[in-house]
Parts: sequence; C-alpha cells; structure tokens
Amino acid sequence: MDEILRVDNLKVYYYSAKRVVPAVDGVSFTLKKGEILGIVGESGCGKSTVVRGIIGLIDERYTRIEEGQVLMEGKNLVDLPPKELCRIRGKKISMIFQNPLSSLNPVYTIGSQIEEAILAHEKPSKSRLKERVLELLKLVHIPAPEMRYNDYPHQLSGGMQQRVLIAIALACNPQVIIADEPTTALDVTIQAQILELLRELNEKTGVGVIFITHNMGVVAEMCDEMMVMYGGVVVEKGKCEDVFAQPLHPYTRGLLAAIPSIKEDKEELFSIKGQVPVFAHPVTQCRFADRCSLCDDRCLKGEPPLSVLEGREVRCLKAGHSEEEEDHG
Amino acid sequence: MKKYILTRAIKVVFTVWFVWSLIFLLTRFSGDPVEWIFADMDTTEAMINTLKESLGLDLPLWQQYVNSLTGLFKGDAGMSYFFSRPVTELFAERIGATVSLGAGALGLAVLIGVPMGILAAMKRGTAYDRACIGITVIGHTVPNFVLGILLIFLFALKLRMLPSGSTGTWKHYIMPMVTLAMGPLTAIARLTRTALLDVIGQDYLDCARAKGVDEKKVIFKHALRNALIPVVTVMAGQVNMLVGGAVIVENVFAWPGLGTLIIKGAQRRDFLVVQYGILMIVIFVSIVNFAVDLSYGSLDPRIRDSRDKN
Repeated sequence: MDEILRVDNLKVYYYSAKRVVPAVDGVSFTLKKGEILGIVGESGCGKSTVVRGIIGLIDERYTRIEEGQVLMEGKNLVDLPPKELCRIRGKKISMIFQNPLSSLNPVYTIGSQIEEAILAHEKPSKSRLKERVLELLKLVHIPAPEMRYNDYPHQLSGGMQQRVLIAIALACNPQVIIADEPTTALDVTIQAQILELLRELNEKTGVGVIFITHNMGVVAEMCDEMMVMYGGVVVEKGKCEDVFAQPLHPYTRGLLAAIPSIKEDKEELFSIKGQVPVFAHPVTQCRFADRCSLCDDRCLKGEPPLSVLEGREVRCLKAGHSEEEEDHG
Repeated sequence: MKKYILTRAIKVVFTVWFVWSLIFLLTRFSGDPVEWIFADMDTTEAMINTLKESLGLDLPLWQQYVNSLTGLFKGDAGMSYFFSRPVTELFAERIGATVSLGAGALGLAVLIGVPMGILAAMKRGTAYDRACIGITVIGHTVPNFVLGILLIFLFALKLRMLPSGSTGTWKHYIMPMVTLAMGPLTAIARLTRTALLDVIGQDYLDCARAKGVDEKKVIFKHALRNALIPVVTVMAGQVNMLVGGAVIVENVFAWPGLGTLIIKGAQRRDFLVVQYGILMIVIFVSIVNFAVDLSYGSLDPRIRDSRDKN
C-alpha cells in the first residue's frame, strides 16, 4: 500500500504565562492509502492537538509547532504559507468535527455550506455544482436531498448534521479524512450508522482515515492500525488485532480493562486511578509513572524511548525485553 | 410568520394609543395654556372664557379627548396655541431638519462603530484594542449635552472653525451630528467587538478553515454575519436613544427641528404641539423596533423558525 501522509517527530507546545506545556511531544506515524488509523487516549492526552497540528488549525497566539514535519506529496505542511495550506485543506486533507451542530454555521443552508467546500478549490458551473452537492448528499445517505438542500443546520437531527459534515469533508475527494471524535456527541444507534458510513466510504473511495476516539470498542470495529497516546506521546502503536490480543503498555492494558463487558456482572467498573497530569517542558520521566503499578526507580530516571517489540512500537521499560533492544526505537 | 406580523402590528397600535393618551392627560395636568398666553396682561373673565372656548379648552376632559382622537383619524391635529397655525404645518416645516440630522448621526455611528469594533476584536489585547475600549467608555459616559457644549466651546468659540448652531451649510451638520452619534457609535463599536469575540471561538469557523476557505472569508462571511445579529438588535435601542438625544442636541445647537419645537411647546403649554410631537416620536420608534424585529428573523433562520411554529 502507498504511503499518503507521514508525520515526523511532530511537537506542538502550548504557551501560557506560567509554563510551556508539551501537548504533543514528538509524534510520528504514517498513513497508507485506504487505511484507517485510530488514535486513542483519555481527554487531554494530545490526540486532537496532533491532528490540528497536521492541518494547521491551531491558535497561534498561544500554540506553536516546535518541531517536526508533516509530509504529503513531497510538501511539508508545517512550513507552508497560509495561502498554500488553504489549498491543501479540504482538497487533500479534510476534517470531521466532534460536535456537528456547532460545526455548521447556523445562518447558512447546508447546501451552500457544502458548495462552499467545493468552491474553495474548484470552479464548476452552477448546475454542475448543485448536481455535485446532491450527489454528495446521496453518498452520505441523506434522504430526499433535493428537499434537504435548502434546510438550515438546526432543522436536521444530530445524525443528519454529522452526515452533512462528512459530505463537506468528501466534497473534493480528499486523500485523507481526519475524524475527530465524530460520534461522541451522538446517541448510540446513530453512532453505529455514522461509523458504518465512514467505513463504507473508506472502502468505496479508498480515502485514508485518521480516527480519533476515546472509545476502544469503536477502534476495534473501525481501525486497521491503532496508536495509543498518553501525555503528548505515543505509548503504543501497532495493528489493531495485535494490540487488542496482547497489549504491551500498562496504559493500553488499563484502557482495555476499562471496557465494560456484558458477560461479567461487576459492582464497580475498572478505572485507571488518577487523571492525565499536565506536564511541563522538559519531561524527564515516564509520563505514565504516577499512575502505573509497575513503576520503579528506572521509570523516574528518564523518559523511556519508543522501541520496537513484536512488530509493534511501545514506550515502556517493563514491556518484557532487554535494555539493548530499546535503543533501536 | 403572518400571524407574528399581525400580533406585532396590533401591539404597536396599542402602544401608540396608550402613550398618546398618557401624554394627553399629562399635558392637561401641566397647567393652563390660557394663563400662560395672558401671563403679563390685564385680563377680564370674559376674555379668558372666549379664548378658552375658541381653543376648545372649556369642554370637559373626556370631550377634549374624544375630539382630539377623532381629529387624529381625520388627519387634523388642530392649531398650535402659540403660532396660531396648524400643528401639521409646523411639523412639515421642521421634520426634514430632524430626519437629516438623525439619519446622518445613525449612519456615522454604524459606518464608524462597526469597523472600529471589528478591528478591536481582530487586534484584541493590543494597544489599539485598549484605546478603542477607552474611547468607547468615554463616549458612553459623557452625556450628549455636555459633549455638545464642549464642542461648541472648542470649535466655535476658541478655534472658530465651525458655526455654533442653527442650520445652512454642511458645516452646520458636523457638531450636532458628532454629538448625537457619539453614544450609539460607541455602543455599536463595543457590542460589535464582544459579539465578534464570542463568535471567533466557534467550531464552525474551524470547519470553514478545514474546507480550505481563506481567513478573510472566514471572518467576513462566517464570523461577522453571526456577530451582527446581536448588533442589529441593539441598534433598535440605539435609535430610540438617538430620538431622545436629538431633542436635547437640537436645543444645544439651536437646530430648527422637531426637538426644539417640542421643548418650546412644553414650556409654552402648547398642548397640541407636545401631544402630536411625541406621537410622532412614538410611531417612529415603534416602526423602527418592528422593522428590526422583522429583520432579526431574516438574519437568523433559527428565530424565523421559532416564529413560524408559534
């Protein structure tokens, strides 16, 4: 499979008056054509910041891309001037957001908002434009597209709104779609429909998908590859079935243990104690150490490197291998 | 929507009638015009009675009210006691001066206030932003008669650049217009700034950026359109303030408009002038509010829908 997007050692830091927060601290991955990559982790682990860094949707007043490259078709998106970045956004990489209602402008019809996505990159004739919008609405299974065309966002249900956002994302046949928790704001039955739609579109068009979620069940269902993030770094990365079968990092194990099972009748669900701490730059220990039951002195002495183990990458000294191998990470 | 317009129209008519009746009563209780007309003269009982009879003031209050109301429907507002001319004629002479002053001030307030607010929001936290906030606080707190007098002192008396009052050339417009515009201008600038800042964090702007829409279009097409919804609402309030302000500013600058006429009318107990002058203000303000309410619906489709449902 061809590689369509490569992220190399991306670092995005937040600057406040008091400190520098390394929200994303050296993340690397590649996305292949037609692949669905899941990024999982708790709130605040940096998963949204990674993808916002990729397409430059960061607030430059207090966020900065410190280091790293985002490579697509030989261009480094991090260095592109705003005008050229606009040509990539929506055309090559598009994004689906978490909250469908607030992501659509309340004062414009959904038809015109989909048209806008096309017109940002192409100049089709008026009739062709409308035709294309109706095609897109059909593609995302919106019933009676002719009638929906002139509707305002608030007149649609949450699931329909999310379909419109997906139609917007697909408008220019991008190579990559970033889906930032696209089902979190929807109720469960609608969630399943939206996931199925994304899968179907991925199979039909071969679009690569970066899928951000905190729901392990969704990852298992959707993704080929998965990447677990914690405190701004990747702690484990590999094929979905491998990670689910045998998680190597204690944090991944914790996340998987936290999935409630229908078979077991538990009084209390498992949870990882504590919450994601806010780190200050530079970090000099394993980021998960405070919440890890396996933590010892070695883990506090320096940040463990990302090392390859059993065809996977994992960032843990306790992942069952000798110290020599770690340096290859 | 039709139902909404109808109920609003009925409310407007009721408001106008209520205020008009209130003013009718208030003027009648303010004193006797005949006393004022004969203030320094030796008068006999007979003279007073004849005048009262000719002005219709000898009739019982309810009779005067009914006469006034029927006159209103016939388009006959009666005669000014002081000028001995039809009230409608007096208004017709002066309304142009007031409307041109008010419209000019409103135009100035919008044309300067809105861009000022946009710039302040775009450059938030900078020296420009802080200067804007400073100016708007001053503009908002200094009463317009004080500002008017200060301007006259500076530009008419000290610098002798502008005429202190009355009307004639475009130069006559500058000071009254600026004085009158200052309050609405600063209110509009401040509100545009806050409304835009409110909108600037919204997800749909990021969504537009993710489509590849350039930043200028993101701000002017997506952000501004939403930010102007509350600004238009406040504009209605500002027009009301402007009408009240005009009455005062006209007096400060001896502007030959309706405001001066109404104030003089109140001093001279010229009941009909006051009564119909205020009636015109009430009708005007009601219509403006009505129009803004309707435009609000066309600016925000969510409101249009909620009205359709009711």
